[in-house]
Amino acid sequence: MAEPMGFFTDTSVCIGCKACEVACKAWNQLPARNGGKVTLSGESYDNTRALSGIQWRHVKFIEQFSPDRSTGRWLMMSDVCKHCVQAACLEVCPTGAIIRTEFDTVVIQSDVCNGCRACIAACPFGVIEINPETNTAMKCTLCYDRLQAGMVPACAQACPTQSIQFGPISELRQRAQARLEQLQAQGVTQARLYGHDESILGGLNSFYLLLDEPEVYGLPSNPQLPSQKAAPASALSTAGAVALGLLGLVGLRKQRMDKLAAEERDRRQQASETGE
Amino acid sequence: MPDTFFTKSPHWGWWAVTEFFIAGIAGAAAAIAALLWLVGNRNDRFVARYGFAIATVGSALSGLLLTFDLKRPERFWHMLLFSKTLGPTFQKWWAPMADGAWALFLLGSFSFLILVGSLAEGGRLPSGLAFLAGGPLGAVLAALAGIAGLFYAGYKGVLLSATNRPLWGDTPWLGILLLASGFAMASALLLLLIRDRAPAVSQWLRQLLIGSLALTLLVVVILVATLDADVRRLVLQNVYGVVLLVAVLVGALVPLALAWRPQLLGRSTLPSAAVLVLVGGFLLRIAMLLSSEAA
Ligand code: SF4
Ligand code: SF4
Repeated sequence: MAEPMGFFTDTSVCIGCKACEVACKAWNQLPARNGGKVTLSGESYDNTRALSGIQWRHVKFIEQFSPDRSTGRWLMMSDVCKHCVQAACLEVCPTGAIIRTEFDTVVIQSDVCNGCRACIAACPFGVIEINPETNTAMKCTLCYDRLQAGMVPACAQACPTQSIQFGPISELRQRAQARLEQLQAQGVTQARLYGHDESILGGLNSFYLLLDEPEVYGLPSNPQLPSQKAAPASALSTAGAVALGLLGLVGLRKQRMDKLAAEERDRRQQASETGE
Repeated sequence: MPDTFFTKSPHWGWWAVTEFFIAGIAGAAAAIAALLWLVGNRNDRFVARYGFAIATVGSALSGLLLTFDLKRPERFWHMLLFSKTLGPTFQKWWAPMADGAWALFLLGSFSFLILVGSLAEGGRLPSGLAFLAGGPLGAVLAALAGIAGLFYAGYKGVLLSATNRPLWGDTPWLGILLLASGFAMASALLLLLIRDRAPAVSQWLRQLLIGSLALTLLVVVILVATLDADVRRLVLQNVYGVVLLVAVLVGALVPLALAWRPQLLGRSTLPSAAVLVLVGGFLLRIAMLLSSEAA
């Protein structure tokens, strides 16, 4: 297996240009939304809005303004599949469509997926959706085809500020730590890393430097694997099945005993009538 | 905001609601039929036959609904066999949907076989097929159908819990809830079908109905009480909370009272309770599935 590869995204230098979104769409030949007609979100300068089956990169604009709009700040974050080391989507996919590659990334095979959508409900980050053109689940492949050819993913190559950095995970972690220390030394005490270590799903192969709480960026603070939840649910369900099964068994047994007792009574009565 | 609210909806809508409804009835009907077949009175086997018939038809309908709900229905078989190796998908036993697909397949197959054997025993199919229901083979088929049914009725809730979606992924109680409600619905449907033809079995089904309704009520209360306050507010303080309330009152509490006092409305008491249980079971599934979808 090749060395685990991934992204370190430093949100502190993202300028919201969305070049990564465009590069991703261009390389992966993803269709435009709404037949290519421009629709404005009407509530933000962000008009691409969310990740989807045809939007594998999305630059979030987190617009934080005071009620009178006299002060404010924009946080920008280029969001993408996290290529989790313990991937919820891969765990629940019944068809084996979702695989882990030699680069430790997570890829959906479009020719296998049957569109059951279990992966959509499982992903803790809301990454996957159905691509309406193929009717299969789709998301970032971390440019698997480019990686196999020794190339850098399209988004990372297009990023003008090096907010999206691509490389071996071990090297990216060192870079991230150094950048965090630099920011904190500059007084940016809110800066933090997210997904860089094993505390989140065994580590995220696309991890982040954030400038606020994860929730502010729409990221869960304690994402979980479906299997962690299936175990107690299965145990309770089994207990219910045993209880109802016993109720049925006891009821049938009681009926049988009552019937035998009635037959015995009849027999005795008959015997006493005939004087035997 | 709770972590489950950062996820996307799989759009399991009305197809899924209907499938969950039928699956609950089909699975529990097979379990009840197996109990009757294995432990009940031989004269009452026609009731078990009804149970296996419900399970057979229900499994077929469930399979069709699930297939239509796929985005690529022509690839439905990928649920049972890995398309690249043709190995069975239950090799990936930790993927709940793979287990569910196999459970449905087995539930339908075993129920169908024992139904055929039973119909042959009763002279409605060629007698050469009666071996399917006779002796140890019949007992084994009935037991396997019952086990697959029990699994499938509870699995639907476990499938929901094994997600990261609001409500579903926030509680472990959905499996036992849908199982208990499935038992109540299957008992109710069988009561409606046999009417006065087997008084002893009716009495037993009434007890089963009371037990499963009581368990359903208990689990609903625990589920709602143990839910994170934010999840409860965001998912159930809306029209779906009202639907849940109606499901509990009309579909569980009232029929429980009617089943407890079967003379309350004369001869129509138990049939009325049975109809309410079926309506309540459907409403319960609407509340549990669509409330999360809307979040
Ligand atoms: S972020 Fe979601 S889609 Fe990506 S690997 Fe993790 S679970 Fe799968
Ligand atoms: S939608 Fe496709 S990729 Fe997702 S779980 Fe189903 S088969 Fe797997």
